[in-house]
Amino acid sequence: MSEAVIEAKGLVKKYGQLEAVRGIDLEVKQGEIFGFLGPNGAGKSTTISMLCTLLKPTAGSASVAGIDVMHDPARVRQRIGLVFQDPSLDDQLTGRENLEFHAFIYSVPAEHRRERIDKMLELLQLTDRAGSQVRTYSGGMKRRLEIARGMLHEPQILFLDEPTLGLDPQTRRNIWTHLNDLRARTGVTIFMTTHYMDEAEYCDRIAIIDKGQIVAQGTPDQLKAMVGGDVVTMTSSKPEDALEEIQKVLGVVPTRDDGTLRMEVQDGRKFVPRLVRELTVPVDTISLRRPSLDDVFLKLTGRAIREEEASDRERMRAMASRWMGRRR
Amino acid sequence: MSVETAAAPKVAPRAPAPIDTRAASLRAVYIIWYRDILRYWRDRWRLVASLAQPLLFLVVFGSGLSSSLGSGGVFGSRGGLSYIQFVFPGIIGMSILFTSILGAMSIVWDREFGFLKEVLVAPIDRWAVAIGKALGGTTQAMIQGLILLVLAPFVGVKLSLLTILEVVPLAFVLAFGLSAFGVMLASMMKSLQGFQVVMNFLMMPMFFLSGALFPLTNLPGWMTFVTRIDPASYGIDPLRRVILSNSGLPSAAIDRLGLTINGQVLPIPLEAGIMLAFGFILLGVAVVMFQRRD
Ligand SMILES: Nc1ncnc2c1ncn2[C@@H]1O[C@H](COP(=O)(O)OP(=O)(O)O)[C@@H](O)[C@H]1O
Ligand SMILES: [Mg+2]
Repeated sequence: MSEAVIEAKGLVKKYGQLEAVRGIDLEVKQGEIFGFLGPNGAGKSTTISMLCTLLKPTAGSASVAGIDVMHDPARVRQRIGLVFQDPSLDDQLTGRENLEFHAFIYSVPAEHRRERIDKMLELLQLTDRAGSQVRTYSGGMKRRLEIARGMLHEPQILFLDEPTLGLDPQTRRNIWTHLNDLRARTGVTIFMTTHYMDEAEYCDRIAIIDKGQIVAQGTPDQLKAMVGGDVVTMTSSKPEDALEEIQKVLGVVPTRDDGTLRMEVQDGRKFVPRLVRELTVPVDTISLRRPSLDDVFLKLTGRAIREEEASDRERMRAMASRWMGRRR
Repeated sequence: MSVETAAAPKVAPRAPAPIDTRAASLRAVYIIWYRDILRYWRDRWRLVASLAQPLLFLVVFGSGLSSSLGSGGVFGSRGGLSYIQFVFPGIIGMSILFTSILGAMSIVWDREFGFLKEVLVAPIDRWAVAIGKALGGTTQAMIQGLILLVLAPFVGVKLSLLTILEVVPLAFVLAFGLSAFGVMLASMMKSLQGFQVVMNFLMMPMFFLSGALFPLTNLPGWMTFVTRIDPASYGIDPLRRVILSNSGLPSAAIDRLGLTINGQVLPIPLEAGIMLAFGFILLGVAVVMFQRRD
């Protein structure tokens, strides 16, 4: 069964002069984990907000769970769960109270409230701390609570905007385990954005977005296949000479980033010995690896996603708002 | 990082039964109100602080001003009413004024810290948010005001059960009108930035001109005018009249200090009606503001 639960055609969003999203086409199938991957400012949040009926598209159309987002936003909202990029919990309330609040405003029937809340707390391993105020939770626990909350009214699709932002790698992995688990148990379709390239590998399919446009779409393997063969990187104390020589002697055009040269080749294992043998300039290090999604992004846009830079800034922002949150 | 990918899902979630939006919105009013009350009780320090402040006012104004106002003016032994007795209902009114406006304006905090988003995206009507918040502010302010009644014996004001029964609806009316005002202000503010301005240029004048601290009689013309357009005046005056009426004070003395328009003492039901109308109109404005999609 490959029924589309999210369909977007030519979605556009303009903020005054700025065209944040420039004509996006998407199709997400029932039960998929779909990743929306792109650097900061690419238009991920804007797209997700239009799909969730929080923003009106400037042009184009979209349907979610078979319902037109422009035509019947209220019914769309009933069928989707949302985890926002920025925190949205009441940290004076306990975890359980946050879920109870949600159960009420989403009309979870009274006779199911308690049972569903318990189930979600259990699934996201929050049962022990359910009675503590959210301000005492760690960043990962808060995220898990938001996911539990998003799932409480049994949505058909769960939207998550950068759910792992600012979390340490172990916590990020833990969130992923939970998302996979949720999908397996409930069959929910998951649409999530991230700017962490490594995370996109866990998605069934991904779309890479840059400057408001989708530059590639497919399974992680399909996308990686776009980068022909292997990726070889070498460092040299004379990168310019090395670059020239490689082009001339080996017929490969490397890209250069300071002292590092990077090239895509058909068969890396055969290429590396030739490289060592034929170059006359000094070679400091050589490495060979399978292409990653970073390489795909680089190939498609000519730029690398500066992940650390971005995540540091985001982490500080998250910290600042957490601290502010205490002062309520 | 490595996470094993789960097997393909077996169960597809069923489509939820369509929600009756009106019933859902009423439930939302309840839970939004309930959350505010929960937070109010949980924040014990705020509770203590908000009771300590009126107490301080009573001591300072009551003792300090009472002695300096002496027996010369309307207060004192000749008039049969001391300043501290006069100001006591005013302090209750003050407490209700600040608690209700600030309580309702907590929407601005909810917006700042993200929680409002959770409420606004829910499949409910926006009026539920405005009404839930207004009722939350109203309840907090009423609790606050009624707790202060226990101080009555210390300032020489006798209370009867009847007085208390009359105070409850009047406290509600004042608290509701001002909570609606708070919700409306919050619906127009996008961030915490305007908060200081609201505090200094709206709440403070509203308090000072409401008749809480001094009688609204024999004032200069312009001041007579602004005190009469201060909605809080119409909530504090009936509170004072009811609280003092049963305390063995001459009713002439009380009436002399009451709110008049063109020299006419306003009947309490009219004052309450004005306050209620003010509340409903502002709440209506707030609902419209919330319904504009942002
Ligand atoms: N409310 C807004 N008003 C004006 N510009 C905005 C607004 N929200 C986002 N933008 C701009 O639109 C672009 C896309 O933003 P966003 O969708 O948040 O990107 P992402 O989530 O991928 O980081 C950015 O250039 C951002 O500055
Ligand atoms: Mg974003």
